[in-house]
Amino acid sequence: MAVKLVEGSFDPWRWLLDHQETRLSPGSYGATASFVGTMRDFNDGDRVEELFLEHYPGMTERELEKIVAEARDRWRFLDALVVHRVGEIRPGDPIVLVAVWSAHRGPAFDACRWIMEALKHRAPFWKKERCAGGSRWVARNTDGY
Amino acid sequence: MSIRVRMFASLRERWQIDQVELKPDGIATVADVWETLTGQAMSERILAAVNMEYARPDTPVREGDEVAFFPPVTGG
Repeated sequence: MAVKLVEGSFDPWRWLLDHQETRLSPGSYGATASFVGTMRDFNDGDRVEELFLEHYPGMTERELEKIVAEARDRWRFLDALVVHRVGEIRPGDPIVLVAVWSAHRGPAFDACRWIMEALKHRAPFWKKERCAGGSRWVARNTDGY
Repeated sequence: MSIRVRMFASLRERWQIDQVELKPDGIATVADVWETLTGQAMSERILAAVNMEYARPDTPVREGDEVAFFPPVTGG
């Protein structure tokens, strides 16, 4: 299990592969489910030029670890990786990666989705968008279901 | 010993408080901390944490605790 916050751009696919190659033994897993969230250049009808992602150092990591541990109690999966950007983000940049490895597809799919939804609801991150007309805090996340 | 209070995102900007130390006199709960700092009742839209764990307005607060206030989270 690994939870990481990164400042500056990251390549989610490289992180996924690095984790898989260093932490999982070949043949042990039959399913890998992943979600990558990427910054859009539009929100609420406006063009967004840049995003600042604030977090609560210490609590954010702790909450993400708790989410992964809770998922582990619900599903039998082998490993999970959560990587989240903080700081300044540009349109097209990946913001978040959730990857889950399991023996069969069910737990990987379900835990990946559940971890992502829990992150959206509970992990202390706050987005501030810079648009042409000025900056604004994003008031709430859109529903996942 | 005092209580350390932190605010994040829109609340930090609204109240101009990033981090502040508060004397614990007369403070028993999270809601007390909020009211002492802002002079207002704590609305349901405000989230709180004590020592980096989610808390409620009636969660007890003691000397040495870190209390944080923040708006609904918008990560991912």
